[in-house]
Amino acid sequence: MSRDLKPFGSARVVRWAQGLAGIAAFLLAAESLGLVIPQTVLPRASTVLVQVVRLAGNTRFLADAGATLEAWAAGMLLTVLVAVPAGLVLGSLPGVRFATRALTEFLRPVPAVSLILLVTLLLGSGLRMTVTLIVYGGSWPVLYNTIAGLDGVDPVALQTMRAFGFGRLAVIRHVSLPSSAPFIATGIRIASSIALILDIGAGYLTGRLNGPGIGAFIADVSSGTGDVPLILAATVWVGFLGLALNALLLQAERRLLPWHRASLGSAHERVPLPAAAAGAA
Amino acid sequence: MMTRLALSAGRRLRWTQHWLVLAAAVGLWQLWAQQRNSPYFPPPSVILPQMRQLWFSGPADHLFLTPDATSNIVPSLIRVLLGLGISIAVAVPLGIALGRSPAVTGFLDPLLQFARSIPVVTAAPLFIALFRIGTQMEVATIVAGTIWPLLLNTIDGASSLDPIKIETARAFRLSRWHRLTRLIIPSALPKIFTGLRLSLSLSLILMVFSELVGSTNGIGYEMSSASSEFNLPVFWAVLVLLGILGYLLNAVLYAVERLALRWHGAASQRAY
Repeated sequence: MSRDLKPFGSARVVRWAQGLAGIAAFLLAAESLGLVIPQTVLPRASTVLVQVVRLAGNTRFLADAGATLEAWAAGMLLTVLVAVPAGLVLGSLPGVRFATRALTEFLRPVPAVSLILLVTLLLGSGLRMTVTLIVYGGSWPVLYNTIAGLDGVDPVALQTMRAFGFGRLAVIRHVSLPSSAPFIATGIRIASSIALILDIGAGYLTGRLNGPGIGAFIADVSSGTGDVPLILAATVWVGFLGLALNALLLQAERRLLPWHRASLGSAHERVPLPAAAAGAA
Repeated sequence: MMTRLALSAGRRLRWTQHWLVLAAAVGLWQLWAQQRNSPYFPPPSVILPQMRQLWFSGPADHLFLTPDATSNIVPSLIRVLLGLGISIAVAVPLGIALGRSPAVTGFLDPLLQFARSIPVVTAAPLFIALFRIGTQMEVATIVAGTIWPLLLNTIDGASSLDPIKIETARAFRLSRWHRLTRLIIPSALPKIFTGLRLSLSLSLILMVFSELVGSTNGIGYEMSSASSEFNLPVFWAVLVLLGILGYLLNAVLYAVERLALRWHGAASQRAY
């Protein structure tokens, strides 16, 4: 959407200025709150900001962030490879969807963090454990959004394709997949934020035993010096990481699905949460 | 009348089939687990009696709940419902106000997007330091994680209101209160429920996580003590319990959604 707005550049400048003013006001408020609340309870914003800058040069933190990204990428790739085909099967074969429905409805709400012990016993700790948790937790929004996307396919287009004698696979490839792609993309972005939660949560729960990662970094700090500003600074970086990954996925969505851009307003960009995430996560 | 009867008979048939499929799956699991005979995968014939003995073998005047159930399952459910309740109470009014005032949202947008991007698990040590271990810490974690999808979806729902409808409401001189209750809230409801569904599944993840990290009771605590003792039947009993609780919570939310959105066509066409 931002590209379409180019002729109205001043509106973008205003939005940026507003956003920056909001951030500045928040930091000022946090800083002045820090004057009232003792530093041991909640550190000052300026102290945290100094730590944020310092962390950018902390090689151990950078290595941990790299490991977190690696697990995220591997987990998301596998999630898409598992959940999109599964969603296509369930979405286009009502019989199979019906037969598996009772099972998926009970499996879906089981939080992936609760599987840590089992996965560790079966696969050992480390990257494989984290990736398995991400695939379990991330597959549901992708699966359900793929099915929701297939349900929303224009029946006239489907019947036209069938009337021209196209087979099931050709219909999926030329009609169902393109028209449900925006739903799938939304599901992938929800899965990405869940993947980050599981990635860091599992690392924090299992600590260094599970190998490097931001979760292990935070576990180290909190069991060691208990340096609260450092933990907050890491949290800020993780927020940036989440924002960057979301922006990356939005950009990929725009590149790959140019036909979808016109059909959705700027609201979609501003609120990257599901436009139609039926039974998300 | 005929069609309605036929419909309910069809629904009953589908409902029966639904549970038959589940029973068949449990049967297959039983056969597979017996065959495999692995300590990691106890069969349902071990897990279900374990669940009964742990939680549901209590006296009748306690609804058959054991002390273990009242001291672990009940607190966890209270935490999830309290966390979600606080999130709804804060995010829905705030989201509607922000959605109707684009100028203010312009200032807050980057902050909201940033806050939404932080996986709340990163702040767990901070929450333990701030709130100490106990229900308040778990509820704070759940609120901090579930409030953002709800807030952002409510803002989206309230701001993407058809301007013609607003103009019509003005032309008919609807009072502010009527515009809010008859127009803005109903049009934002589908988006609010989208956010709520996401928040519900997040709240279960965060309930278990926060109880694994720092708690002296709850489902997550029971799971973590079963894990440290390698007591796999209890561990599996907790897993099955989580599946059942999640299923029930989702079913309640779905029923409320259907009731609230009877007028909304999309609600009846849900994927599942």
